[in-house]
Amino acid sequence: MSDDLIAVFQEELAELLESLERGLVDLQESPEDAGLINQVFRDLHTVKGSGAMFGFTELAAFIHDFETAFEKVRAGAVPVTPELVRLGLAARDQIPGLVNGDADPDGDRVAILNALRDLTSGRGVEIADIEEEIEAEFVTSNSPATLRFKLSEDALALGARPDILLSELKDLGATQIIADLSDIPALDDLNADQCYVAWQMQLPAGVSEGDVEDVFMFADAEWTLTASEVNEVIERDEIDDLLSDAPALDTPTPQQQAPSEKAPAASEPAASIRVPAARLDALMDSVGELVTVEARLTELARHSRDPALLSTAEEVTRLAARLRDATMTMRMVPMRTLVSRFRRLILGLSSDLGKPVEFVVDGEDTELDKTVIEKLADPLVHILRNAIDHGMEDPAARAQTNKDQVGRIELSATHVGGEVHIVVRDDGRGMSADKIRAKAIERGLITAEAQLTAGQVFALVLEPGFSTAETITELSGRGVGMDVVRRTIDGLRGVIEIDSKLGQGTTVTLRLPLTLAIIDGLLIEIADERYTLPMSSVKEIFELPLDKRIASRNGDYLDIRGQFVPFVRLRHLFDCEGEPPTEQNVVVVESGDARMGVVVDRIIGTNQTVIKQVSKLQQGARAISGATILGDGTVSLIVDVAQLLAMSGPLIEPKKEVAA
Amino acid sequence: MTKTVLTVDDSPSIRRMIALTLREAGYNVLEASDGQDGLEKATTTRVDAIITDQNMPRMDGISMIKALRLHPNGRGVPIVVLSTDSADTLKSQAREAGALGWMVKPFTQDKLLAVVKKVLG
Repeated sequence: MSDDLIAVFQEELAELLESLERGLVDLQESPEDAGLINQVFRDLHTVKGSGAMFGFTELAAFIHDFETAFEKVRAGAVPVTPELVRLGLAARDQIPGLVNGDADPDGDRVAILNALRDLTSGRGVEIADIEEEIEAEFVTSNSPATLRFKLSEDALALGARPDILLSELKDLGATQIIADLSDIPALDDLNADQCYVAWQMQLPAGVSEGDVEDVFMFADAEWTLTASEVNEVIERDEIDDLLSDAPALDTPTPQQQAPSEKAPAASEPAASIRVPAARLDALMDSVGELVTVEARLTELARHSRDPALLSTAEEVTRLAARLRDATMTMRMVPMRTLVSRFRRLILGLSSDLGKPVEFVVDGEDTELDKTVIEKLADPLVHILRNAIDHGMEDPAARAQTNKDQVGRIELSATHVGGEVHIVVRDDGRGMSADKIRAKAIERGLITAEAQLTAGQVFALVLEPGFSTAETITELSGRGVGMDVVRRTIDGLRGVIEIDSKLGQGTTVTLRLPLTLAIIDGLLIEIADERYTLPMSSVKEIFELPLDKRIASRNGDYLDIRGQFVPFVRLRHLFDCEGEPPTEQNVVVVESGDARMGVVVDRIIGTNQTVIKQVSKLQQGARAISGATILGDGTVSLIVDVAQLLAMSGPLIEPKKEVAA
Repeated sequence: MTKTVLTVDDSPSIRRMIALTLREAGYNVLEASDGQDGLEKATTTRVDAIITDQNMPRMDGISMIKALRLHPNGRGVPIVVLSTDSADTLKSQAREAGALGWMVKPFTQDKLLAVVKKVLG
């Protein structure tokens, strides 16, 4: 403590002593004056406080008893008497001596205090008691403990900061800090000034209750510290609960490892059951209905702003999504069911045509929706037949080109993201891009100037007008029925890609979505009508640039990071009346190798889209693949991106770099 | 940003001691000589924390806290009450009025700094 401060204290003390003296003297004149009593008490209090602050402990101890006596006067328990005033003044006179550190050889101070105590019924608080209270040691626990705390409702308003508390507790070694959010009310009942969160954590051994008390010194919090032994058991249960939801680790038990033991088939419960496919279809239909109703419920709940209804709707949404996923999983069938059919087909063809072929299958266990598998059978048969019939050379021709006389056809199925890729690869003669191109020009499918990538050239064999019954070249027959294949794959919302190298073979890739019944959709608006774009084909969304707002003959291209991408205005395509809004969005969609922008009035958001087939009457409608029912009960048509791209056909430029 | 602490005490020596200690530690310190003065300063200037005495002329600490908590500028400011006794009644009175905590006099400079740090983070 600096001398400067001591000097300030001395000066203050002199003033206080003067004030105290005046107060006591005045009190003798008017002993009932509460204001005077208060002033005397306050003066004493200040002398005690400041004295202690500046290290005058003896002074502080003396005045404590002095003050205790006057506390009783202030409370009205003891009247102000001339004797009390006399003792008070005597006590006051002792103060300068105490500050100077003078000794008290005659025991005057003790005598004065005793007299004061006697006068005020002698029940003063011993200094020793207080010291004991302050210095009381807390018992240190020697085992880890669990601490739980919750701030009082108004703690935040009082300036308490949970972040500071948590960081102090962390400094004490707290681990496994868990926030308990269960008391947070619904949004409408939530008071932003209030803290609803409780925390629980583990404290290491050696942290005393006092340490914790220290942390919460300035926080109005309820806290409990309990030994951890009991909680550890609960904890393990909690972990087990968490783990039960997680997929089990494939740790073979000793029994499973022993090969000699026979499987106890009879005693084990059935691992799987057979269910008629129609029941699964019915279940899927119901789930589809449920998702539609759930969307309606969510919409209603949002309008009602009733928190109870909202949280119920949220719960229904979650459950419906889980039920949907479970149902879809049930409908999954492995590729293996198809593969055995293909083996027989290839075996038959190979001996009929005199072309020995090795058929290699990879990914037989890859699962696909039952409906997809069913619809996939015919197109795959077609592709495989083409591969062996037309793609594969006969053994003599293969020998001439140094190829193994036995041809090779590979079929593989793999999961890639939300898609399944089915690849059929042969090592036959391949296709000539030039010849296909020439034929496409001849058939009027493309103009002679059209610039196409190899993939786009090969895709031409899928065009309806490409194949004919004529058998002119080695390519003939490649196109037979390939347009039918494409229609089927389109119907499955899939994409076909063909790649081929002359003399080396052809690869046909089918990219199929995992499910058919329910997809993630992007809801858009055109002329007050809402349409759905399959989210899987949406690549990006941005605002239509200013200079593209007005339709022009040759300007319907966008420069997206150095690539020209054509775009269509759905308003034009769908013959909508009225003016488009000033701000429009472009949704860039992709199908196979082609990309294009779709100009829409407004993006509404994503939703779970239950696909409903449109009736036969609407089958002529192009660019529409189905319909879905929205939450408010209205119908939204689903835009068929593959068809949309095909319709704009020759318009679609290949992805190419803008010339620098 | 430098945090501002308001010290409210009728004893100039204690005020000085608090101000010196906190300024040395890098805080900005405002001083008020009683509850009335403290209330005026706390409602007209931005303060991050208040350390106040209880027994003061004109307006005591608890009355000041009560008034402050009703004022829009006084909500959420952490307030620590200084008191010479650690009686539970005072603690609960202070808490009820809207104080965040209390500190028993006498205290050391280290203790003061620890408390301010605890309150301001």
